[in-house]
Amino acid sequence: MKHFRSIGLALAATFAVSQAGAQELTGTLKNIKDTGAITLGFRDSSIPFSYLDDNQKPIGFAMDICYKIVDAVKKELKLDKLEVKLNPVTSATRIPLMANGTIDLECGSTTNNAERQKQVAFTNTHFLTASRYVFKKSSGLKSIDDLKGKTVVSTAGTTNIKQLTEANVEKKLGANIIPAKDHAEAFLMVETDRAVAFVMDDILLASLVAGSKTPDDYVISKDAFSKPEPYGIMLRKDDAPFKKVVDAATAALYTSGEGQKIYEKWFTQKIPPKGLNLNSPISAELKNEFAKPTDSPNPDDYK
Amino acid sequence: MNYHWNWGIFFEPNPMGTGTYLDMLLSGLVLTLKTGVLAWIIALIFGSIVGVMRTLPSKAAGWFGFCWVEFFRNMPLLVQLFLWFFVLPELLPKSAGLWLKQLPNAPFWTAAIGIGFFMSARVAVQLQAGIGSLPRGQKMAATALGLTTIQGYRYVLLPMAFRIILPPLTSEFLNTIKNTAVAITIGLLELTGQARSMQEFSFQVFEAFTAATLLYLLVNAVVVTAMRFLERYVAIPGYITGK
Repeated sequence: MKHFRSIGLALAATFAVSQAGAQELTGTLKNIKDTGAITLGFRDSSIPFSYLDDNQKPIGFAMDICYKIVDAVKKELKLDKLEVKLNPVTSATRIPLMANGTIDLECGSTTNNAERQKQVAFTNTHFLTASRYVFKKSSGLKSIDDLKGKTVVSTAGTTNIKQLTEANVEKKLGANIIPAKDHAEAFLMVETDRAVAFVMDDILLASLVAGSKTPDDYVISKDAFSKPEPYGIMLRKDDAPFKKVVDAATAALYTSGEGQKIYEKWFTQKIPPKGLNLNSPISAELKNEFAKPTDSPNPDDYK
Repeated sequence: MNYHWNWGIFFEPNPMGTGTYLDMLLSGLVLTLKTGVLAWIIALIFGSIVGVMRTLPSKAAGWFGFCWVEFFRNMPLLVQLFLWFFVLPELLPKSAGLWLKQLPNAPFWTAAIGIGFFMSARVAVQLQAGIGSLPRGQKMAATALGLTTIQGYRYVLLPMAFRIILPPLTSEFLNTIKNTAVAITIGLLELTGQARSMQEFSFQVFEAFTAATLLYLLVNAVVVTAMRFLERYVAIPGYITGK
């Protein structure tokens, strides 16, 4: 009898503890606490957001932000040690890896839009970018209207190619739009004169130009195809407690002015490994957003 | 898994304004079929010529056939398409290169011809093996009847050899269709390309690729069935391939 009672007590105790635990922690936070590790998804060539340096170690603007989130999670869970695992992702793998729990945060340059919010969640916006185009100085383009009847490239599956297609219809440009598999290939098309212009997020164009053989030959248009669209760090949907921690961490980072410091480190100074300088000072819109952080996917909310 | 399944996504309008997501996939399927069929025609024509050359007594023809086959089958298809699309125009004289680059539908033609040549090497080797598997007496009998070499091939050797290699040709045809997926690397938005676009727009990756898989299976089932009918239709009773 004594044995039964003690087993019963032990069971009751375990039940009580696990129930209390379940009330406090669920989803990603529970997982992180249980395993003592958090996994960040990074991109290998999304300069300067998330890319590999000389030692094949992921660095970048989004990586810095993610490490700040990691610190906040560690503090929230009162852990002495939190192991950070790094997992490479591509645009094709980031969703499956997020869904099956391989990665907890995606640190890159992923556009936050309403359509995608049906599948995942985003924390506060860390960058705003508009759709512009890059062209060779020698081609003498001036405005979007100069693209009439020309061959224009953009990357398949991006919001940019969608905006380009819409503008083509609206402004009756009659441009021949060709999709490329990735940014590098699209830029190659302009480099080899297969297309006169490449429509993409302006910051990605700046990094492609800075990394090209002859940066002086290229110009990025003043005309934009869109309002500035937000980039966000991606996390799993329907995990409110985790999102709350992440949102609080990014909001604190941006409003404190530290966010802008990290921004300047990556966008206005020489960055490893090749010492490129993107020369892109912070925009007024992003400054406003940093003052009042939001995870809205609507471009109209950033003015 | 924390994934939000949404099978209704196929009937939602796609952001390109070209109908639903399903329309997007179907337009990719059409392009896959066009590319696959054109590549297969090229593969059959060039593969037959090169395959025959490899069995001719002429040393020069044998050499040419050898070089053709080794060139096209020893390089990964991905590398070949990249070479034809990006490198070849740079090697040509400037005006010719520019003409090639600005050709409308350049990715389509490059993919169809590139995959066609790649597959032609495989068809050639199979045809050579088919001709090689015929008894030596067949060729001699043709000569004894007074047929020229061309007539011998036309009326005796090739009809037999093609019947023998029909089953492996079926799988080469299937390979040709599957190989068109490589064409996304040069910007051809065929079925795989459209599935990827759909995934990028909507983030519904599993739905997109499930649909693409089913469409590929469907197309290949049609091809297999059609080829079985062809085999039965051309079979000659009493021969190796007939019953």
